[in-house]
Amino acid sequence: MAQVRPKAEGQILDVRNLRIEAVTETGQRVTLIDDISFTLNAGEVLGLIGESGAGKSTIGLSTLAYARTGCQITGGQIMLHGSDLRGLSVRGRQSLRGVKVAYIAQSAAAAFNPAHTIFDQVAEVALKHGLMNRAQVRMDAIRLFRELDLPNPDVFGKRYPHQVSGGQLQRAMAAMAMIAKPDLLVFDEPTTALDVTTQVEVLASFKKLIREHRTAALYITHDLAVVAQIADRIMVLRGGKMVEQGTATQILQQPGMDYTRMLVAERVAAEQSRFVEDHAAGDRPVLEVKNVVAAYRGTVNVIDDVSIDVRRGDTLAIVGESGSGKSTLARVIVGLLPRRQGDVLFDAASLKPRLQDRSKEQLRRIQMIYQMPDVALNPRQTLLDIIGRPVQFYFGKRRAEVRVRVEELLQQIDLPPDYIKRRPHELSGGQKQRVCIARALAAEPDIIICDEITSALDPLVADEILRLLRRIQDDTGVAFLFITHDLGTVRRIANKVAVMLKGKMVANGPTEQVFSPPFHPYTELLLSSVPEMRPDWLDEVLSRRRKAG
Amino acid sequence: MLKLLGQRLVLGILTLILVSALIFAVTEWLPGDIATNILGQQATPENVAAIRAELGLDRPPYERYVEWLRGAVDGDFGTSLANKRPVADVIGPRLWNTLFLAAYAALIAVPLSVFLGILAAIYRNSIYDRLVNISTLAAISMPEFFIGYILILFLAVQFRWFPAIATFKPEQTFTQHLYATFLPMLTLVLVVIAHMMRMTRTSVLTVMASPYIEMALLKGLSKARIVVRHALPNAMAPIINVIALNLAYLIVGVVVVEAVFTYNGLGRLMVDAVSKRDVPVVQACGLIFAVVFIGLNLIADVLSILSNPRLRHPR
Repeated sequence: MAQVRPKAEGQILDVRNLRIEAVTETGQRVTLIDDISFTLNAGEVLGLIGESGAGKSTIGLSTLAYARTGCQITGGQIMLHGSDLRGLSVRGRQSLRGVKVAYIAQSAAAAFNPAHTIFDQVAEVALKHGLMNRAQVRMDAIRLFRELDLPNPDVFGKRYPHQVSGGQLQRAMAAMAMIAKPDLLVFDEPTTALDVTTQVEVLASFKKLIREHRTAALYITHDLAVVAQIADRIMVLRGGKMVEQGTATQILQQPGMDYTRMLVAERVAAEQSRFVEDHAAGDRPVLEVKNVVAAYRGTVNVIDDVSIDVRRGDTLAIVGESGSGKSTLARVIVGLLPRRQGDVLFDAASLKPRLQDRSKEQLRRIQMIYQMPDVALNPRQTLLDIIGRPVQFYFGKRRAEVRVRVEELLQQIDLPPDYIKRRPHELSGGQKQRVCIARALAAEPDIIICDEITSALDPLVADEILRLLRRIQDDTGVAFLFITHDLGTVRRIANKVAVMLKGKMVANGPTEQVFSPPFHPYTELLLSSVPEMRPDWLDEVLSRRRKAG
Repeated sequence: MLKLLGQRLVLGILTLILVSALIFAVTEWLPGDIATNILGQQATPENVAAIRAELGLDRPPYERYVEWLRGAVDGDFGTSLANKRPVADVIGPRLWNTLFLAAYAALIAVPLSVFLGILAAIYRNSIYDRLVNISTLAAISMPEFFIGYILILFLAVQFRWFPAIATFKPEQTFTQHLYATFLPMLTLVLVVIAHMMRMTRTSVLTVMASPYIEMALLKGLSKARIVVRHALPNAMAPIINVIALNLAYLIVGVVVVEAVFTYNGLGRLMVDAVSKRDVPVVQACGLIFAVVFIGLNLIADVLSILSNPRLRHPR
């Protein structure tokens, strides 16, 4: 953050040459964190940036004198107020955690115990460590709930975790962390699991909290735009090693190392790349969804009167927040969830509502790729089995022919032919997703439904997947139905976009048109909520929204 | 939630009616004619017909079933064929004995196994954990009569600490009752403890892998508090179910142990009644066992539902 703060009262944390190792199942020692050093002053926020596996969380947890099962801090010092945390006894660690250093996890829904009220869990640290009596804790908790803009702060704590929304719970976790007035807060991807519109509010609450309490903080994230809003300094990590460290402006505007430059460039591309032009070749729609209504048993309509059409070579992005009905729409199209009303036309012929009633040829021509390649691939099968199965199933080819076809497909997704004997666990996350793409291509479909297929991947890997999809589309003319919550992805891949809100379609058309004024109010809210790398973006958005009332 | 509880209750009652019909049908199809059996040598056709009329056996089965069920609801199970006494009087003291032994064993086994299971979860993979696992497994792997005889051999014959025959008279004191039934109780405890202990351990450990347990750890809470306050409430449902199954076993399945210690429980009564073709007693015992089994499982279901905060506190 560019703004000037009063100079810190002194150093809180000094981490020197930290080394953390893990022992794998086969007994090998792996270095997770290698020679990491940094300091943190009161009121200062250090952003830890890097891809998954870079060691961000491991470093964050080490400041609570904690290493996950199988990991061990094996070198260096973690000095908090001048004394090393590594020498602490069990008792010493207990009186450190939650009191001097507090942790805010990625998913509040998972980090809150479902069996107790929010207040009981917020108050627990202060009560168990004997810092305050119950009446004091109650007052402090209510004050924190109010500071964090939670609804009805006086009674909010009486509710159970499942009774409040995800964004509220994430803020309640910040209250839980702040209750004992710690010197250091560790934020571990605290807004990653939230929808963009919620993320803005939560981020603003966190920023206010840190500023008013002058707490030092480690802010762990993979999103450069998020860290730009909140961090004074940034450390870039890769594979457990430091790439570079500097002030936020310096890292984001004049990155010194190639790796940082790549990260920044990817993010800039997501913000600024030009819209995909309408390049669809066909004139007649391949897939038409007409006024479809669908619901799960015993629920209200999850999607209500939704219409879309996809031509050959189109990439239609369906965007919306969690619960808006995006994935349900995909399930209706493939027939996993039979529609209640409306029609789904494929190649101008109506598809039966139920998957079981459709012909094999119809099934072949619509394929699907899922968010989690780990779960979508059978861990016991080789790539030959996985990719070869649809070849054999839909085209009835013989073994030798199947093998040739699988090798061809592997080449198409940029995997070497000798991978044909490998199993999923021998591949990286990005490679697994490529295999899922190859499996879909093996059926030679007219349309592929991609359900959040890049959400679980790191930005650079996701970018490669998007490039691959575009190349495949240029070669084969296949249409994509691209379900995503990430508007940066939409910009880069989709020529058409449909915006969904609570099961209804609020905007639909060419991307450039939907994403340019005049907007539908919800589209505008979505677009304005996507963090940008300018450090004053958050403050601007908030003041703009306050004015708008 | 009330709807869910109501559903369970209705299902339980339906199951019970079904089981009662099954019990009636099975005893009906039991080989051998009761009248012939009672008369023995004097089984002339006229005598048999007279007895059949007296017992109502000449009427259609469904009529007798409805009558029997109506009587059972009022606690009237008819008259024993063997000694002409009301079945309720025959069963009463035996049922009391069975419940006494089951409660005695349960009061010791349930808290002990939950406690041992929690300790095993806290000190996972330690020497203690392995020791408890191996010894309870060993106990469950041996047939119950074998455990019974071993206990008799050492505790009754060698050391003479406890009686080998678990009979007591009503006029004896409560403590004497407990003393007399100590060995059968111990046998039953050894038989049921492993199952409940291991389920407690597994269930607690499953919950211990949740992110909110790591969060509790990062709040600086002690291990004991984490297990008891954060893990246990979320681990209750499977534990409750296994406890219910074992309680049912303690009442329904202990005939072998009763035989080893010549204890006058319901199980032995039923076996004797079967061999004597004393159908009303067999039917009554069967019905009581069914009520116990279904009732305990119903209670377990209800408690599991109640232990889920999402159902207790809807949005």
